[in-house]
Amino acid sequence: MDQDELFDIELRLLLSGINQAYGYDFTDYSEASLKRRIMHWFVNSDYATLSDAQARILRDRDAFESLLRGITVNVSEMFRDPPFFKAMRETVIPHLLTYPFVKIWHAGCATGEEAYSTAILLNEEGMAGRFRMYATDINNAVLQKARDGIFPLKEMQRYTRNYQSGGGKKSFSDYYTARYDHAIMMPALREQIVFASHNLVVDSDFGEMHLILCRNVLIYFKPTLKERVLFLFDNCLLPGGFLCIGLKESLEGRKIASRYSEVAPKMRIYRKSYG
Amino acid sequence: MDRKGNGRFRAVVIGVSTGGVEALKILLGGLQASYPLPILIVAHIASEASNGLALLLDDFCSVRVKEADELEEIVPGTAYIAPPNYHMQLERDGKITLSVDPPVNFARPSADVLFETAADAMGAGLIAVVLTGAGSDGSIGLKAVAAKGGTTVVQCPMNAVADSMPKSAAAVIKPDYVMPLERIPELLIQLAWE
Ligand SMILES: C[S@@+](CC[C@H](N)C(=O)[O-])C[C@H]1O[C@@H](n2cnc3c(N)ncnc32)[C@H](O)[C@@H]1O
Repeated sequence: MDQDELFDIELRLLLSGINQAYGYDFTDYSEASLKRRIMHWFVNSDYATLSDAQARILRDRDAFESLLRGITVNVSEMFRDPPFFKAMRETVIPHLLTYPFVKIWHAGCATGEEAYSTAILLNEEGMAGRFRMYATDINNAVLQKARDGIFPLKEMQRYTRNYQSGGGKKSFSDYYTARYDHAIMMPALREQIVFASHNLVVDSDFGEMHLILCRNVLIYFKPTLKERVLFLFDNCLLPGGFLCIGLKESLEGRKIASRYSEVAPKMRIYRKSYG
Repeated sequence: MDRKGNGRFRAVVIGVSTGGVEALKILLGGLQASYPLPILIVAHIASEASNGLALLLDDFCSVRVKEADELEEIVPGTAYIAPPNYHMQLERDGKITLSVDPPVNFARPSADVLFETAADAMGAGLIAVVLTGAGSDGSIGLKAVAAKGGTTVVQCPMNAVADSMPKSAAAVIKPDYVMPLERIPELLIQLAWE
């Protein structure tokens, strides 16, 4: 048997072991991207074989966390895809304004940039004090960063441009204080967001939502897992509520699609029907 | 299990950067609509209208050219361009997946990511081509392609608008073919019908 086939066998065993030992189930993640990342992690590690790595990872939580950091993708940015945020202001907010109070769920929020972006947008559009936002992720390390709300100052220039072309109404620097090479988000913003641990593979929803954002997360899942997660969202989204997914993701061909219509073309903002 | 095609090859992957629009016009323009392999392309070309490059090439070429969609199944006679800001991967079941993994060598999409995953998916059934470009994207991926028994092609650096991508690729492995851009379509046709 050649080395490549052995690696594939060891990879399946490792993923199954991790699931049994730590409850992280990667079996329904798309293979190519996951395997490439594990491969790179392995090549840069000191282990001779993936089986050696497995023996250690199953016994030592720190070794597992190191693998997890190496293979999970937690990149995010503020106001990524400005046209999307512009469309939110124009097509979603007017509906949200008709409710006295709304609940919002950001699933797979990573380090929180998008949750802060949405909070800024809601405040500017007259929703201050009228919403609660839950931002969740499977990865506790990134959630802590999200709670801290401290981001590299060098990114702020790009974020400012994103903010402006996404329809921003103020000066972006009003929302953070610069200290050394960091930008610390305004505490008032942080207080509007509840960051919590939640695993989309196994956990259930937490109550009725008016708006759910889950961008660039489903893109890592195989169709079976996409379906599961979309059912979860559908289950807690109120009729007339909004579901936002990544610009390269789509509900096309998914089971819940018949109850949803895209309200901003190509922006992947879907509205659930009342029927 | 391997799908049985007529020949030994099942897909072509291409990495290109500086000078890419002209290079792709020549390369894809030299192929017929009936070209029997799917073609996957990573081009580092900043384009504001995200679909721009695909539309332009589709007008110009006989093969169908489109921007890749998530979970799209690759078919012969079609060229798929990675969307700006996403990596493009090829899965073993012949479907395209996209990701927002961090840039690799400052590039997203990255040819290394496409080449590595396609090498894993297609093994010896893959043809990988590195064309003109600045930087070194594609070199590591080309090594992976060679290691899996795939066929490697590099544009002759002397004939490239920017020579560092092809130079770097030819330094990492000994490519199966190094040739001027104008002759690559002919080679791809020959290999495909082999
Ligand atoms: C690429 S980030 C997307 C961040 C943000 N939504 C954005 O678009 O900028 C993907 C996030 O999904 C999270 N994730 C992956 N699998 C998950 C799961 N099973 N449950 C919850 N979150 C998950 C990762 O930890 C990561 O933070």
